[in-house]
Amino acid sequence: MSLWHKHAVFEKNPIILLIGVLLVISIGGLVEILPLFYMKNTIEKVDGVRPYTPLELAGRDIYVREGCYLCHSQMIRALGDEVERYGHYSLAAESMYDHPFQWGSKRNGPDLARVGAKYSDQWHRQHLANPRSVVSASIMPGYPWLSRTELDAKHLSDNLRVQQLEGVPYTAEQIANAAVDARAQASEDDPESKAFAKRYPTAVARNYGGQVGKVTEADALIAYLQMLGTSVDFKIYHEKANIR
Amino acid sequence: MTQTDNHADDIDSHTGMHTTGHEWDGIKELNTPLPRWWVNILYATIVWAFFYCIAYPAIPLIQSFTPGVLGWSSRQGVNDDLAKLRAQRAPIVAALSNASLQEIEQNPQLRTFAIAQGKAAFGDNCAPCHGAGGGGAKGYPNLNDDDWLWGGSLDQISETIHHGARAEDDQTRSGAMPAFGREGMLTPKQISDVADYVRSLSHLPMPQGVDLTAGAAVFEETCSACHGEKGQGNQDLGAPNLADAIWLYGSDKNTIVEGLTNGRGGVMPAWAGRLDATTIKALTVYVHTLGGGR
Repeated sequence: MSLWHKHAVFEKNPIILLIGVLLVISIGGLVEILPLFYMKNTIEKVDGVRPYTPLELAGRDIYVREGCYLCHSQMIRALGDEVERYGHYSLAAESMYDHPFQWGSKRNGPDLARVGAKYSDQWHRQHLANPRSVVSASIMPGYPWLSRTELDAKHLSDNLRVQQLEGVPYTAEQIANAAVDARAQASEDDPESKAFAKRYPTAVARNYGGQVGKVTEADALIAYLQMLGTSVDFKIYHEKANIR
Repeated sequence: MTQTDNHADDIDSHTGMHTTGHEWDGIKELNTPLPRWWVNILYATIVWAFFYCIAYPAIPLIQSFTPGVLGWSSRQGVNDDLAKLRAQRAPIVAALSNASLQEIEQNPQLRTFAIAQGKAAFGDNCAPCHGAGGGGAKGYPNLNDDDWLWGGSLDQISETIHHGARAEDDQTRSGAMPAFGREGMLTPKQISDVADYVRSLSHLPMPQGVDLTAGAAVFEETCSACHGEKGQGNQDLGAPNLADAIWLYGSDKNTIVEGLTNGRGGVMPAWAGRLDATTIKALTVYVHTLGGGR
């Protein structure tokens, strides 16, 4: 029997076939996925990327809950047209604290990777409640309940703890004060504003256009949207220096 | 069940085709090989993959990966694309960035280019608030009329685009309508009176027998510092003209009372960090030509 006919062994023995299939798929996986974990040049070293604040993290959870990722990507690809429209292409480092990442693959709506600071808080509030009230041709559904629903901060600490398990460097102090920080970030003059600023030095605290003294889901989502893609200062980012 | 590999000459009597020699309970499998062209394409792709791995980044190693003999990378690719685009636009961009806003508007060629570029930038960046044609919406100024909150000259428009209004920017345009009601500076009665008075400034229809004297007194005391004695507004503070027929939030009494009670302060983001200088110039010229540029 020539070598060409050795495959008969696999065809006649399901267990051997199963082991063979597992082996082939594992090699494919190991070669394609494993290097991304150990090769240094897969994640650039950049300044400015920080873990999400509790309010932003809560907003991110609402983003996931409402399925925003089904129509919006957060990934500006390294293509000329995309960079022209959305700004600098996304860096791997920019989603290093995303668990799970929100890159998405569908663009019924525009990419949101750099939507932060592009529109005003009030615009986001109005647009979330009824997109057609500001963009008449929009096909996005409205989410009017977000600004009526108070943010449930009960599990925010647990939320941060899980993120910490996944490798996000939250401190014990940040985890313990998650609910307090969420309140503080949604206001300019909260009693905890100073402590919040100390725990998250580069985060922006302000009233996101809602009712004073009440933190809603819309506030959290807007806080999240307004920081998307704003962490890296591309004026001082030098890509050649980052190739390792 | 019998099975044999010795099938070279085993021909099925019904179809006249070769069989594979596999036989189960008297049923034999016909040997119908894959079409030749299909198999050849498969082999060709394997050969292609081999050369592709040599030419392009492919095999992961310990520290890095094989870069490929062509030296291509997606990031270099996008940089090259953008460089090509920049080179294509270079002459006109240089002309735009060297010319002053006034010169651009007077030079037909530059003006045409600025308006084209401005229109494209407007569609992505400004239209969500100001509307596709600059028509505005409640709370977002109409750019087609000649009523300007912060001034409608080229330089004033440029300044507003650069630094925004009430934005996260050190030089942003600031000035806000205070929350007279919420902060307890005016009583509900005073607010109602002054709302009637403000409506009378632009000759809006009024219920019979409304007494405007109390409202006029409140206006002079509280509002005239920013909005002017006759309600004509002040562009240095972004205080709207109250004596014209153009209303940012609405002219009905409830809306005016709401503004007096909770204040107003629409935010326009600062674009200096997001758009390059030439794009802002083009946008300025575009917005200036939309309707009532001064």
